[in-house]
Amino acid sequence: MAAVELAAPLPRRHWLTEAVRRHPTVILGLLILLAIGAVAVLAPWLGTSDPLAVSPIRRLRFPAAAYWFGTDAYGRDVYSRTLYGARVSLQVGLGVAALSTAFGLAIGLLTGFNRLADGVLMRVKDGLMSVPPVLLAIALMALTKASLGNVIIAITLSEVPRVARLVRGVVLGLREQPFVEAATAAGTGFLRTLRRHILPNTLAPVLVQATYICASAMITEAVLSFIGAGTPPQIPSWGNIMADGRSYFQLRPYLIIFPGVFLSLTVLAVNLVGDGLRDALDPRLARRL
Amino acid sequence: MFAYIIRRLIATVPVMGVVALFVFSLLYIAPGDPAAVIAGDLATAEDIARIHAKLGLDESFLLRFGHWLWGVLHGDLGVSIFTNLPVAQLIGQRLEPTVALTLTTLAVTVAFAVPLGVIAAWKAGSWIDRLVMLVAVLGFSLPSFVLAYLLVLGFSVELPLLPVQGYVSIREGFAPFIAHLILPSIALGLIYGALIARITRASMLEVLSQDYIRTAEAKGLAQGEVLIRHALKNAAVPIATVIGIGVALLISGVIVTETVFAIPGIGRLTVDAILRRDYPIIQGVILLFSAAYVLVNLAVDISYTLLDPRVRY
Repeated sequence: MAAVELAAPLPRRHWLTEAVRRHPTVILGLLILLAIGAVAVLAPWLGTSDPLAVSPIRRLRFPAAAYWFGTDAYGRDVYSRTLYGARVSLQVGLGVAALSTAFGLAIGLLTGFNRLADGVLMRVKDGLMSVPPVLLAIALMALTKASLGNVIIAITLSEVPRVARLVRGVVLGLREQPFVEAATAAGTGFLRTLRRHILPNTLAPVLVQATYICASAMITEAVLSFIGAGTPPQIPSWGNIMADGRSYFQLRPYLIIFPGVFLSLTVLAVNLVGDGLRDALDPRLARRL
Repeated sequence: MFAYIIRRLIATVPVMGVVALFVFSLLYIAPGDPAAVIAGDLATAEDIARIHAKLGLDESFLLRFGHWLWGVLHGDLGVSIFTNLPVAQLIGQRLEPTVALTLTTLAVTVAFAVPLGVIAAWKAGSWIDRLVMLVAVLGFSLPSFVLAYLLVLGFSVELPLLPVQGYVSIREGFAPFIAHLILPSIALGLIYGALIARITRASMLEVLSQDYIRTAEAKGLAQGEVLIRHALKNAAVPIATVIGIGVALLISGVIVTETVFAIPGIGRLTVDAILRRDYPIIQGVILLFSAAYVLVNLAVDISYTLLDPRVRY
């Protein structure tokens, strides 16, 4: 009797290989973010020197073995400054994303349920949203002392209206849904309805929005620092390094290129993760500004 | 439709009111006493008090807001602290380069991004689609000033094809005018184009899956006709919306782009004003840009009635 030749069983892939095969861009984004996060945390142990140390005799050196990314006009080590700059960008990105999501959720829920608050706050929102976000942040920064905290607050304030509008829209839609009506009819209290039925349904779009806010906050911080209205000049942020390199960029392009590449890669990674989240959570959710 | 335009115009009044209130509060809270600045270093306390009274700085917030708003409505945006010139005049001198740069970028970007989005949707999944989407993702991630520097390094320093920086008015010749605008426009327009292409593709994909598109194809219409007359026309409203909303990106970008390319426009004026804490100029610029933004989006709202006959008011 001839042996029945069985088809080899499909090789069972490891869940990681499977994830890489299905969502290569998301995994790439996560890997870049992990790397940048590691750089931010481990900056002191990655062969860096003091990012603030000024040394006039070694100013504007080209990248070489001693100074991997060269030195700037004050003789500061650009490699060290760039690695430490990751801390600023991540703090701003995560801080703004968390704060604007929290405030946006609160205001969105309030305006979705309370007519009076809706009338007042939506007028304020219309006004604030007609000032382009970077201009709004510039205006707020012009009023206050330059500090990392103020940068985060200024960018948050210019992002909150967008989150609030998104949440309000979702809440208004949910209120009409049969399951919310059913919960109310069954005698569920308002807070419980809010917690059990409304809030979980707003989380998906808000989470996606939060990643995009994180990305745009990092760009806005760099823009503010670049034009001199952001992080205090002594703190090495990517925007500040590029601002310092502005006058020399034709002769010393690396002053712009290294921090610029780090910033772009980080923003790209956050965007890739955001796109992946959006596709996973709700394919129809359009990218919102 | 005429009544609708009037209604929409009236609806922008409270919005601009909130903007004006915000912008005025900016100067109200701003640190420093304008009277002390005007009086100079040798002024006595009485001098400052007199100027205070003359400028009405002792009046209540609402009264001062009223006076200021009245002035703004008559074209008086106050006086620059640093140069002592009227803000309206300073802005007027710098208006041309900014308008030229923004309008060129807007027109060129829309002319490229919409067709690319349409093609990407039509050939969904093909290499063209992937390429357009890849460029769109990169466009969202490359900050305009980083891109600007890369472009200058590539096309002005390494390959000396285009001017490194500066602005030439169109009155001094069309060729140099365009040559100076090419790199700034690309740097400024990439993120805007990425946004438009992405929305165009999404909107077109949705329309292309409709039954009437299959019908149009079944009755033998040419591809181009199906795409343009049947699909694009029905996908137009979200595209118009994003063209309007995206102008915020242009306005934010123009400040940085003008700094990189040393274009003597309003963006440059703003950056100088920030460095000198010249609040009246910052105020005037925010007011002007916000008004422009509101007007653009008003125009978009009105265009809905032309794009989609189902939209009735």
